[in-house]
Amino acid sequence: MSKRFVLLSLVGVVITTTGCSEMGVKAWERETLAQQEMSLINEPVESSLNDHVYFSKEASSGGQGFGGGGCGCN
Amino acid sequence: MAVAVTNTMKKNHELAKILAAASCALVGGLSTAHAEESWDVDSAFLLYSESDGRVSAAEPVISATRNYDSETSLNFKLVADTLTGASPNGATPSDQVQTFTSPSGNGSYSAAAGEQPLDDTFRDTRVALSSNWAAPINRDWAYGVGGYVSKEHDYQSLGVSSSLSRYLNQKNTTLTLGLGASSDTINPEGGVPTGLFQVPEDASSSEFTQRNDSESKSIMDAVFGITQVVNRNTIMQFNYSINTSSGYLTDPYKILSVIDDDSTGNNYGGNYTVNNRNVYLYEKRPDSRLKQSLYWQTKHQFENNDILDVSYRYMFDDWGVTSHTVDAKYRFRFNNQYLEPQLRWYTQSKADFYSRYLDSSAYTEVDFASADYRLGDLDTYTIGLRYGYQFADETEFYTRFSLYHQESSGDDGYGKLTSQELYPGLDAAMLMVGYKF
Repeated sequence: MSKRFVLLSLVGVVITTTGCSEMGVKAWERETLAQQEMSLINEPVESSLNDHVYFSKEASSGGQGFGGGGCGCN
Repeated sequence: MAVAVTNTMKKNHELAKILAAASCALVGGLSTAHAEESWDVDSAFLLYSESDGRVSAAEPVISATRNYDSETSLNFKLVADTLTGASPNGATPSDQVQTFTSPSGNGSYSAAAGEQPLDDTFRDTRVALSSNWAAPINRDWAYGVGGYVSKEHDYQSLGVSSSLSRYLNQKNTTLTLGLGASSDTINPEGGVPTGLFQVPEDASSSEFTQRNDSESKSIMDAVFGITQVVNRNTIMQFNYSINTSSGYLTDPYKILSVIDDDSTGNNYGGNYTVNNRNVYLYEKRPDSRLKQSLYWQTKHQFENNDILDVSYRYMFDDWGVTSHTVDAKYRFRFNNQYLEPQLRWYTQSKADFYSRYLDSSAYTEVDFASADYRLGDLDTYTIGLRYGYQFADETEFYTRFSLYHQESSGDDGYGKLTSQELYPGLDAAMLMVGYKF
């Protein structure tokens, strides 16, 4: 199950990267993307507080960034 | 009297005007002198509270970022948290009163018949400091380096991280490689217990006297990510990450109940006893763990400026845990305010060595075992709402309220055990209040 998932994901990555050159915008079309609210982690303080709660309550961590740690809570 | 009040008000008003003018001049002067350099501070306070008198936490955070230009920044973050309350110790509820040795061995606590055994000696304060520097190398490359240190009364951690990014396709594609390492030390109250050994009655036992004071673990992280601009309103990220931990990964405070599985006796499904004492074992986990995850996130801004942020994570590890997480946020944006409903759903399958209890006929034969519900079959749900108000001077006040619900499941046991609630749920409420300036 997990092997098949990895394979599918790898295919996804290849399609994404090869398709990437077709995507995107020109420098003068970045007005919206340049907004702070459009950055991928736009509320780092809230994200880190949430990550800490979930790290101490669930068996998974990381994904968006590093897997966490530095806490005796898990 | 009325005249005096009016005079005082007039004086105060004039004073306020002078102060306002002075501060404007000062701020104006500063902002022209350092047009690009600025400090951005985000400070917040989180209150976390679980139902039924379990854990509650208070967690203040302050994060300060010095922006040298649009791509160069230095961040410092200080977090403190204080935990109090009771935490499940791993033992099953029973039809009898149960008494447990406290982690230090110098006391005991009990659980009434039919009640969840909770260790109420649990309390802790943690302080963590981290710092991160990010800067461009040239037009196509950027890097970041960071450090981390945290301290609790029974846990210390020291970590470093670095990242390297390569921009492609006119910065529409970014490839990022991140590496992190940390070294942690655990010095549990009462020393490090022997895994799968019977919990002794008190600290005078030889199990206590031969204990080590501390153990360690090391963690390595690697993240490989692709960020892609899809169109002028949409950005997408795809990450693959790998995390290895090695060393002492056991929870020194968690135990397991041994249940009598002799179906011919009258204690079938009750606590297994030896010399009139219930048998509880310290849990034991493998000394290495390899976690891998795939993460996808998309952010899209609609014509009306609202923003949708959706992510999905698939995680699997060599302990047999697999999990799925879906997180969605939708920010309604008004002139200087926003309202953001949030939803999160998480589901995990249990670790291979997770066991709610051990059978009396087989408990001496297991290599690893843990009854920690966080390694069992688990579903969790979070529903939240965030509100923010941006003032004219670009400072922001925000608050977030969320509810977190956990549902555990697993096998229901046999005999007497079937009448006990082995998988209680958990509800927690979180309130965050913050100010950015």
